Amino acid sequence: LALYFHIGEREEKCIIEDIPSDTLVVGNYKVQRWDIHKHGFLESAPGLGMFVTVTSPTGEVLLSKLYGPQGTFSFTSYVSGEHIICFQSNSTRFAVIAGSKLRIHLDIRVGEHFLDESAIQAKDKVNEVNVRLEHLIEQIHHVTREQDYEREREEKFRKTSEETNSNILWWAIVQTLILISVVIWQIKSLRDFFIAKKLV
Amino acid sequence: MPPRGSRGPLPPLLLVWALAACAARASEITFELPDNAKQCFYEEIAQGTKCTLEFQVITGGHYDVDCRLEDPDGIVLYKEMKKQYDSFTFTASRNGTYKFCFSNEFSTFTHKTVYFDFQVGEDPPLFPSENRVTALTQMESACVSIHEALKSVIDYQTHFRLREAQGRSRAEDLNTRVAYWSIGEAIILLVVSIGQVFLLKSFFSDKRSTATRVGS
Repeated sequence: LALYFHIGEREEKCIIEDIPSDTLVVGNYKVQRWDIHKHGFLESAPGLGMFVTVTSPTGEVLLSKLYGPQGTFSFTSYVSGEHIICFQSNSTRFAVIAGSKLRIHLDIRVGEHFLDESAIQAKDKVNEVNVRLEHLIEQIHHVTREQDYEREREEKFRKTSEETNSNILWWAIVQTLILISVVIWQIKSLRDFFIAKKLV
Repeated sequence: MPPRGSRGPLPPLLLVWALAACAARASEITFELPDNAKQCFYEEIAQGTKCTLEFQVITGGHYDVDCRLEDPDGIVLYKEMKKQYDSFTFTASRNGTYKFCFSNEFSTFTHKTVYFDFQVGEDPPLFPSENRVTALTQMESACVSIHEALKSVIDYQTHFRLREAQGRSRAEDLNTRVAYWSIGEAIILLVVSIGQVFLLKSFFSDKRSTATRVGS
C-alpha cells in the first residue's frame, strides 16, 4: 500500500470510478491517525475505523460498511457509470484538535481477477501457461466491456453535440422572427401614435 | 494484460522476484478538487526507480489545474501552472517520500475532476528468468507478446476514455450555455424593443401642447 494522502478527522473524501457494468472493483486501504505528542502517525490506532460508502450512478448505495483501520472492500457494478467511493472515519471526536489529521493509504484495482496462486505454484509448465491464458482471456473480456461502455458514452456525446447544433439553429430562427415581428410592431405602433398626435 | 489499477500479474516465484526487483505499482485515482483547494499525494519510492506521473483534468471550468512534484528534500522536480494534461517521467535520485500536489487555488467557483496515474517502477517480467534453465517456450513468448500488446491497449483505452469524458463535459457545458444565452437574448430583445416604443411615446406626451400649436 504505497500511495497515501491526508484528510481531516471528520472529513469525507471521495474518489470517482467510471466503470462499465459487471466489473469487480477491489480496494485496499490503511488509515493512521496523527499523534500530537509523538509528532508522528500512529502505526495502528485502536478503535479507529473507516466508513466506506459506494454509490452507483443511479444513486443507489452498493456498499456501506464500517471497516477497521486496515481493510479490503470490494463491489461489483450493476450499471455502467460513475461510481463514487467515499471514505469517512468513525471518529467521534468533535473537538477538532489543531493539526489532527488522518493518513489514508489507498490502492484501488478495477477489473482484476485474482490469479489462483496455488495453481501457478504447482510448477507444472502446461498448467502455468494455462492459468495465465485464462487470466488473459478474462482481461480481454474486461477490455471488451470497457469498449462497449465507451461506445455508449460516445453516443451520448454525439447526441449532446447534435442537440447543441439544432438548438443554435432553432434559437437563431426564433430570434430572427422575434426581431422582425417586433420591428413591424414598433413601426406600426409609432406611426399610429404620430398620426394620433397629429404630427404626421 | 494488466487490469486498471494495477500493472503486471504477479509472477509465480514471488519471493525470489520480490527480493530481486523493485515492486512495480501503479495508482490511478479520479477525484474531485473543490475550488480554492489543494490535494497532495505521497508515495515512498526507492532510489533508482523510474516513475511516471500523468494527469488530466476531466471536468470543470477551463479544464486546467496546477501540478507540482517534489522530492523528499523539497526540491521541486516538476511544476506547471494551469495545465490540462501532462505526463512526466523521472528517476528517483534518492530514497524517501515523494509528494505531488494538485491545486485549484486560482479558481473561485469551479471545482474540477482530476485524474492522475502514478506508476512506480517497471513492470516485472511475466516469466522471470532467475530460475530458468531453458529459453522461453513458444507459448510463453506468445504470452509475453500478448501481455505487451494488451498493456498498450489498456493505455490507449484509458487515454481515449479520458479525452472522451473531457469532450463530453465540454459539449454539455456548451449545450447549457447556448440554451441559457438564447433564452436570455430573446427576452432582452423583447423587453428592449417594447420598452423603446413606450419610451418614445413618453417623450411626445409632454410636448402635446407645443406640438398641436406647431402642427396647426
